[in-house]
Amino acid sequence: MLAALRTNWFILRTGIEERLVYRGDFAFATLVRFLPIVTQIFLWGAIYGSASRKTLNGYTYAEMVSYYLLAMVARAFSSMPGLASGIARDVRDGTVKKYLTQPVDMLGFLFWHRIAHKLVYYAVAIGPFAFVFWLLRDYLPGWPDATTLAAFVISLVFAFLIGFLMESLIGLVAFWFLEVSSLLFIYMMINFFLSGHMIPLDWLPEPLSLWCRYLPFSYLAYFPSAVLLGKFAGADLARELAIEALWVVVLLIANQIAFARGVRRYGAFGG
Amino acid sequence: MPAIAVRDLSKTYRVYRKKEGLLASLSGLLRRQHDEVRAVRGVSFDIEQGEMVAFLGPNGAGKTTTLKLLSGLIYPTGGTATVLGFTPWKRENAYRRRFSLIMGQKNQLWWDLPAQESFRLHKEIYRIGDEDFRNRLDELTGLLEVRKLVGRPVRELSLGERMRMELIAALLHSPEVLYLDEPTIGLDVVSQRKVQEFLRYYQRERRITVLLTSHYMKDVEALCRRAVIIDGGRVRHDGPLADIIDRFSTTKVIDIQFGGTAPSDLARYGTVLESTPPRVRIEVPRQQIPEVLAALLAKHTVEDISVEDRPLEEVITELFTTPDEEPDGEARETAVTVAEAR
Repeated sequence: MLAALRTNWFILRTGIEERLVYRGDFAFATLVRFLPIVTQIFLWGAIYGSASRKTLNGYTYAEMVSYYLLAMVARAFSSMPGLASGIARDVRDGTVKKYLTQPVDMLGFLFWHRIAHKLVYYAVAIGPFAFVFWLLRDYLPGWPDATTLAAFVISLVFAFLIGFLMESLIGLVAFWFLEVSSLLFIYMMINFFLSGHMIPLDWLPEPLSLWCRYLPFSYLAYFPSAVLLGKFAGADLARELAIEALWVVVLLIANQIAFARGVRRYGAFGG
Repeated sequence: MPAIAVRDLSKTYRVYRKKEGLLASLSGLLRRQHDEVRAVRGVSFDIEQGEMVAFLGPNGAGKTTTLKLLSGLIYPTGGTATVLGFTPWKRENAYRRRFSLIMGQKNQLWWDLPAQESFRLHKEIYRIGDEDFRNRLDELTGLLEVRKLVGRPVRELSLGERMRMELIAALLHSPEVLYLDEPTIGLDVVSQRKVQEFLRYYQRERRITVLLTSHYMKDVEALCRRAVIIDGGRVRHDGPLADIIDRFSTTKVIDIQFGGTAPSDLARYGTVLESTPPRVRIEVPRQQIPEVLAALLAKHTVEDISVEDRPLEEVITELFTTPDEEPDGEARETAVTVAEAR
């Protein structure tokens, strides 16, 4: 147990070192990623400016800006650039052999490697994020209470787990199809709508909004943002977090099954 | 108990058969035909602990498939294999800590980091103690002459240097069994020789069990005494390397230096391979060697004469280009077509 932790710690460390090699490119990419956030906020400004009402579907412009910014924070946890395509590439070019011949668990390895990437990303992104929050400080609500804040942090951790497990599952499909880019594209599209990245999920008509809430996508952007904005409290909040935890377990099991079957399949077709 | 025991091991792959042309590609979307390729067909052999065995065969003979089976990457269609008492394809960590697989230029090092970072991670993955790690790393980097390069990013290393780093990564946990698939492929002569010398030394020192495939007969001759020849998924020869020539070479080469001019009718003794009078090399069927020698010595003035075996490389090449004449007479291409509607 302790030895396994130590191994994971070294995977994490090595991953961070690797990430720091191309720091220039990485810092640039991180900054560029903030541009769409800014333009999106202007877009909402234009939409609200031309609307005859101050509130759209229960959101004022200020609430919309807060929602959107917090959804972006959630996505900083749940988006996994390069994970699925990386797994597919490893399967195609045979790098996956490394994980099969060494006493290491591939998904575990990728998990810690991803945490390393995320940590480096946060270290770089915290500056621009803080700046954007400061610029828009007048639109944001005051500090939430401790319970809400704790629930928000938990929902971010879950967002990371669900995001990781969904993308790794798509990557594992490569054991069958070798190429997953189209599948990944569809996933990204669905994700954009159903995670609440484009519009808050409670804007969708019933029963669509209700269905969306029970899909894992909603936990990638909508849910953490809604939690901090105080849309869930008490028993509601607890139930949502329980469903989220259940999704983590289901996806984890699905990953384990896909990996075991995939490796068997890989073995049957050679590599 | 042998370190590696393989019994009737077989592996049949299913591969998608793509016909030529666009129309065929389109119909392949709906209805795919698969060929069954019997890559390994009932292979059996034992390798004792501390042996270094060459695994030879033409491309597609089933060598790599057998190595993949033994390292647990793929599952067999039939037969059994035990390595150090483990069934490889169960992929137990206890087994994975005791062997290593090096496949050509496949990379296990982190491309953007110095090799020492990958080594340190290996130390943790394989749970190598601090002192063992220090000693082994020191020994291996010394033997392979890369001590100064361990701090340089792997992507900046030459192919030869990278291959040596790969070897270190594969040996840090002191594996008892080592599978080497074309370890010197693409290397220049100097790096090739360094890797060879290292492998010979290391194998003798540690008495590890090594199964090696290589297209370079020089690797094989330098390293192995025993060879298993596999062709069409079957074992065609298993025994001392030297026996290959005895068994499969039907001819020898007579090298003669004539006193005075070389006679012009040498073709009646055998095939003239090289003629730089007064020196001539003639290839002669084995059983005719005594009479040809007697005739040459009786009829001509000979200054020097020797009879040589043909080079191993030539014999092996010839062996692989002649069709398999197994007693059961089964054709080599036994692709069974399975049409599968999708």
